[in-house]
Amino acid sequence: MKNWLLLLASIALFVTPLLYFANDSSAEFSGTDDKVETAVNEIQKDYSPWLRPFWSPPSKEIESSLFALQASLGTGVIAFGFGWLAGKKNAGKL
Amino acid sequence: MHIMEGFLPPLWAALWFAAIIPFWILSAKRVKKIYEDAPHLRMLLAMMGALVFVLSALKIPSVTGSCSHPTGIALGAILFGPLPMVLLGTISLLFQTILLAHGGLTTLGANAFSMAVVGSFVAWGTFRATNKIGTPPAVCVFFAATLSDWSTYITTSLQLAAAFPATEGGFFASATKFLALFGVTQIPIAIAEACLAALVFNLLTKYNPEDLRELGFLRTPKKISAPETK
Repeated sequence: MKNWLLLLASIALFVTPLLYFANDSSAEFSGTDDKVETAVNEIQKDYSPWLRPFWSPPSKEIESSLFALQASLGTGVIAFGFGWLAGKKNAGKL
Repeated sequence: MHIMEGFLPPLWAALWFAAIIPFWILSAKRVKKIYEDAPHLRMLLAMMGALVFVLSALKIPSVTGSCSHPTGIALGAILFGPLPMVLLGTISLLFQTILLAHGGLTTLGANAFSMAVVGSFVAWGTFRATNKIGTPPAVCVFFAATLSDWSTYITTSLQLAAAFPATEGGFFASATKFLALFGVTQIPIAIAEACLAALVFNLLTKYNPEDLRELGFLRTPKKISAPETK
């Protein structure tokens, strides 16, 4: 499988839903994980979580920056790894 | 696939912890073995853990108008076998639970089971099965990652259905409800995840052929005829 095709396909999969719902305000693009709360309460009206997180990000902005931190930590390790592997592979050729 | 804090009744939370603990122990042993016996594979293993960090942080929009995220567990499970990823996946879940209040400590057992145990074993099994019939490795990775992602979300749906059976229709009515919530949204996201997993696999075959050959993913060229390990 060609790499550019794989990259293009994953970008297309990201963009298509956004374009499809571009003029439709009913699509909120909220997370499915959060929708479980509503679904559980539809099944069992009186259920409330018996433990709440001891800390949660005080705002959406802080939450998104922490998600960015998570992604950048991962990307950092992967990028370092590929650099290290490329360097090891080319060692002695230079 | 993150079941939020407190959203599994105590008994179910305990049950999933009981189910995951043996896998955590086996996984820790396996990681320790790789770390000690094959130090040159540490970098590749770290990269597979990092892939879970990146992909599980990405909320991707889907055709249902909801967002969900990939798991990134598949490639590591394909390369190293399903066990090491149980621990690496759990680390990523812990990060999200503690720093982002996404997921929960009480639901960690259930979440780790769906993502890191079911997701890993399905990825590994699918790869082995498709590879055996002669499918090109990158295509096997693609199928394995797709099924791994789906199976994780199916497991989450069933875990929720078991804990919250509907008054009418019981377990199956609830399962249908949760599968409808997660399932359709996850179809394109699993495919996007599979594209990225295959892409990383392709890059690894280019930049790290030695390690992949050692792990049994590339055929050793006849000319060199390296001695068989194990």
